[in-house]
Amino acid sequence: MRVRVDGVSVVVDDTTILGGVDLVAEASTITGIIGPNGSGKSTLLRCVYRALRPTTGAVHIGPDDVWRSSARKAGLRTAVVAQDHDLDNDYSVREIVAMGRTPHKGMLDRDTAVDRTIVDDALERVRMGWAAHRVFATLSGGERQRALVARALAQEAPVLLLDEPTNHLDIGAQLELLDLVRELGLTTIAALHDLDHATAYCRRLVLLHGGKAVAEGTPAEVLDVDRVAEVFGVRSAVVPHPLTGRPHVVTASIG
Amino acid sequence: MRPTARSGPHLVSGAGFAVLLVVLAVALVGITAFAIGVGTVDVPVGGVARVVWGHLRGDPAGLDPLTDQIVWEFRTPRVLLAGLAGSGLSVAGVCLQTLVRNPLADPYLFGVSAGASLGAVIALTSGVGLVAGLGVAGAAFAGSLVSLGVVFAMAQRGGRLIGSSLVLAGVAVAYLGTAVTSYLQLQANPAELRGVMFWMLGSVAGASWDDLPVVVVATAVTAVWLTTQGRSMNALSVGDDTAAGLGVDVHRLRVLLLVAASLLTAAVVSVAGGIGFVGLVVPHAVRLVVGPDHRKVIPVSLVAGAVFLVLVDLVTRTVDRPNEMPVGIFTAALGAPFFLVLLRKRKRALR
Repeated sequence: MRVRVDGVSVVVDDTTILGGVDLVAEASTITGIIGPNGSGKSTLLRCVYRALRPTTGAVHIGPDDVWRSSARKAGLRTAVVAQDHDLDNDYSVREIVAMGRTPHKGMLDRDTAVDRTIVDDALERVRMGWAAHRVFATLSGGERQRALVARALAQEAPVLLLDEPTNHLDIGAQLELLDLVRELGLTTIAALHDLDHATAYCRRLVLLHGGKAVAEGTPAEVLDVDRVAEVFGVRSAVVPHPLTGRPHVVTASIG
Repeated sequence: MRPTARSGPHLVSGAGFAVLLVVLAVALVGITAFAIGVGTVDVPVGGVARVVWGHLRGDPAGLDPLTDQIVWEFRTPRVLLAGLAGSGLSVAGVCLQTLVRNPLADPYLFGVSAGASLGAVIALTSGVGLVAGLGVAGAAFAGSLVSLGVVFAMAQRGGRLIGSSLVLAGVAVAYLGTAVTSYLQLQANPAELRGVMFWMLGSVAGASWDDLPVVVVATAVTAVWLTTQGRSMNALSVGDDTAAGLGVDVHRLRVLLLVAASLLTAAVVSVAGGIGFVGLVVPHAVRLVVGPDHRKVIPVSLVAGAVFLVLVDLVTRTVDRPNEMPVGIFTAALGAPFFLVLLRKRKRALR
C-alpha cells in the first residue's frame, strides 16, 4: 500500500519543526528518512502514524486520509516500532506481541485461537518463539527490537514504520534486524542514522535538514558528496564494498 | 536462557487467573460476613446471615431488635463502605498509574484528595455559609472537582494532556491544598481538630446507608467502562507513540481515565476521608501476582482492594477495643510490609 505525505508542516509554540515535507513510499519497498539529530525524522513519522497532528498538509495511506479517519483505522493500516517503549513493567514477550491485535478487537472481544496463532507465527517469523514467556524488559536490545517487529507483524498492517530501529544495538543485531525487515517485504518507512545502512537497505531516501526535505531519490542521488558535507558536516565517499561489491558509504570528519 | 516450562513469567497465569478471582470473591464474602459480626457486641456469622437475609427478603420482623440494629444499621453499611472504598481507590490507582506511566501515581498525588480534604476541612471548621450548606461530603466533592479542574488546566498544552506535566501540576496543587488545610487546622478549636484529623486520616466508622449510593454508582460505572478499555490501557502503559501506532486515541483515553479516576476518588474521599496507600499498593501488588495486563489487573484490583480495606477496617476497630483508630494509619502499616515482600519476589523472578 502506497504512503503519500503532502506538504506536512508541524509548528509547536511558534517553532517550525517540519516545514512542508513531501514523501512518497511505494508499496513493498523500504523508504529511508535520513538527516541529522533534530532534523524532524521522528516528527515526520509521528504524523504518518497518527501520533502528532500536522499543522498543515495531509498524509494518505492508500486512498485514505490518515487524519480524517479514526485512530483505530490507522492502527489497521500502519504498524509502528517507536522509540518510546517503557521498560518499567513486567509484560511477557507474548503479551507485548499480542498487543498487535489491539486494533482488530472490539471493546468486548476476547483473544481467540486465531489471535493466538497469529501471535505465535509472528514470534516464529522473527525467530523469537523461544522467548515467548520471558519478561520483555529482560531481553537484550536486539531481541527487544525483534519482538517489537513481531508485534508489528501481529498487527497485520500493510505499512511498517520504524523509528531508528537499530539504535543501541550491536552491529550484528543491527544487520540482523534490517535483514529481517527486508525479508518481510512490507511497505516500510524507516528513520535511519547510518548512511551506509540507508544505502544498503532502502530503495529510496528522503534527506531532512532543519525540518525540510532537501533531497529525495535513490541513495546514489541523495548522498551526493557535497550535500552530505553540507547537511552532516562530514566528508564522504561511495566505494565498492570489499566483501559484497555493493556501493558502500564511508565517512570521515572534516579537519 | 532457554524457555521455561511455565506458561508465563507471572506468578499466576492462564486458568490460575480465574481461580484467583473466584478465591478472592469467596474470601470477600466470607470476610465481609465475619467483619460485620465482630465488634463491641460480637454476632456469630449465622446471626449476621439471618439479619442480612431478613432485610434482603424485605421482612426484617422477628429479628432480635438489638442485633438487627447493630448489624443492619451500623456494621453492614460500614463494612460495605470499607469494601467499596478499597475497590474504588485501587481502581483509581490503576487508572492514574497507567495514564501518567508513573509507578508512584495514586489518587493522592494528583491533588484530588487534597482538594477534597480542603473542602471537608472548610466545612468542618467554618460551619457557616455556602460550604456548610453542602455538608462535609458535598464540600469534599466540590473541593476535589475544583482541584481537578486546576490540574487539568495546568497540565494541558494546546488541548493535549502531558503525562509528566500532569504529575507536576498534581503535586503542586496537592501541596497548595495541604498548606491551606494545615492553616485551617491551626485555627481550629480542639473539638473541631479531632474531627478534622480523623477525617483526614480516613475512616468508615460513621458510615450509614445514605453514604453508599454515590460510591456504588461511581465504582460500578467506572468498573464497567474500564473492563472495555483493557487493551487500550495496555498499549498506553508501554508508550504514547506505541499506543498511537496500535490505533489508540491516546489523548481521548488519557482524559477519560483521568476523569474516571478523579470522580472515583472524589466519591470515596467525600464519604470516607483520606484513606491513603490503598490506591498505590493494591494495584502494584496485583501486578506482581498476575502481571501488568489490565484485563486482569482491573478485575483483580477491584476485589483485592475490597478484601484489603475490609480487613484493615477490622483491625482498626479490634486492635485497641473499644477505641477506634483511623483506617489510614493501618493501610500503610499493614500494606507496606506485604508489598515489600512481593517486591523482593519480583526481583528474584526477574533474575
